[in-house]
Amino acid sequence: MKKTIIFLALLSLGSVSNAQDLLGILEDEAPKTKNHVSSTFKGTRVLNGHSVENRKKGTLEFIISHRFGRLNLGIDELFGLDQSNIRFAFEHALTDNFMLGIGRSSFEKTYDGFFKYKLIRQSTGKNSFPATISLFGSTAYKTIKDYDPNDKPDFNDRLYYTSQVLIGSKLSPGVSVQLSPTYIHNNTVRINNDPHDIFALGFGNRIKLSNRVTLNAEYYYTFNPLESLDTKNSLAFGVDIETGGHVFQLILSNSITMIEKGFITETTGGFFDGDIHFGFNISRAFQTGGRKRKNQSRE
Amino acid sequence: MKTLKLTLLLVLFVGIAQGQEKFITKQGHISFFSHSPVEDIEADNNQVLSIVDISNGEIAVSLLIQSFIFEKSLMQEHFNENYMESHKYPKAIFRGKIQELGDLTEDNKTVNIEGELTIRGISKPIETTAEIKKMDDGIALKGSFLVEVKDYKIKIPSIVANNIAKTIKVSFELIHQPYN
Repeated sequence: MKKTIIFLALLSLGSVSNAQDLLGILEDEAPKTKNHVSSTFKGTRVLNGHSVENRKKGTLEFIISHRFGRLNLGIDELFGLDQSNIRFAFEHALTDNFMLGIGRSSFEKTYDGFFKYKLIRQSTGKNSFPATISLFGSTAYKTIKDYDPNDKPDFNDRLYYTSQVLIGSKLSPGVSVQLSPTYIHNNTVRINNDPHDIFALGFGNRIKLSNRVTLNAEYYYTFNPLESLDTKNSLAFGVDIETGGHVFQLILSNSITMIEKGFITETTGGFFDGDIHFGFNISRAFQTGGRKRKNQSRE
Repeated sequence: MKTLKLTLLLVLFVGIAQGQEKFITKQGHISFFSHSPVEDIEADNNQVLSIVDISNGEIAVSLLIQSFIFEKSLMQEHFNENYMESHKYPKAIFRGKIQELGDLTEDNKTVNIEGELTIRGISKPIETTAEIKKMDDGIALKGSFLVEVKDYKIKIPSIVANNIAKTIKVSFELIHQPYN
């Protein structure tokens, strides 16, 4: 009797799967994969600072950034547009998770080199993880000859290091946030009271206004600022506009520099006093090396 | 014990009987091609799920939009983020029927397929021809059809309007194995 029941049960199981519709079968057969969340931010920068985003393997990006003078300089300086700081950079993604960049800023004639490595990607589905975590490291080398001729600094004296852990999360398709704990080391400081090691915490977010336009904000809080300057925390607002292979970022910020050691530790403008610099980042992406497409037909 | 053996045998038999009707693939290939005076764009998806029932000609195809691979990675990102909105509409689905399937041979046979293509949650009737043939251990289905971008309300901004064709050619090559 028992066996008959098993038999009947098995048989009915067979007929159930027979009656199941084809799409249902495909649903069942679909491999359970985890889906990585992409495009937490549109660009590799939130505004001034780096975002968790890397470019995909083989992408070479040429970025030109400008920050003009302060808006409150008035009409004589055309609201700051007469003064201009520029940084241009080449940034290359060696793998989907690892990129290198070199840049040169006119401000204090500084060269910078950085790497960014995407450690963990935000994902949904199987083994999901709620955030993307990237590690960022950069070295800046200041070449401006602003020293006393009798006290010429050596190479090491002119280096600045930045390390960041970037933690970003796309909360919904329209809203992304980022936290950026930052450690900056200055090989040289102006006065003895200035800290060599500076700690800061960055907050960034973006809100999608449309598929191609986002509104971004970024704030860096510095825990132990430099004493020799009257520094302020860096604040920036801006929009990202994406058109094909370009991303434009239009920025209003109280910081004039575009590298971490500059805008995080040396910002002196008060945003709400009108010390606002208008600026932009323009990037153009080129594909190098080509990605292998597995499109060969299997006949 | 004897009953158990008989049961297993019967179940096995039932399984085989079904397996001969349905054929499935999880690595089907679908690509699309957009030609414009400015540039040609092509993308490939090699993880297409497809199932065909040769007893009645019914067919179902399902793919993940995210699995399309482009030569330019930034283009792939924009495809998902801006054009297809793959977070909202992760899949494209076709369900339809092969008309007058008849008997299959080792030679290619041209058949009509009628059905419904769902992209971005919008379903549109579609009709195409395809070549079908029997292989050693499966069923091969191959062909192409045209899709109008505007049918699926895919918005193309004017700045790139010249880069993207209004009609996209979709090609498929699905080699099914017996399903059981």
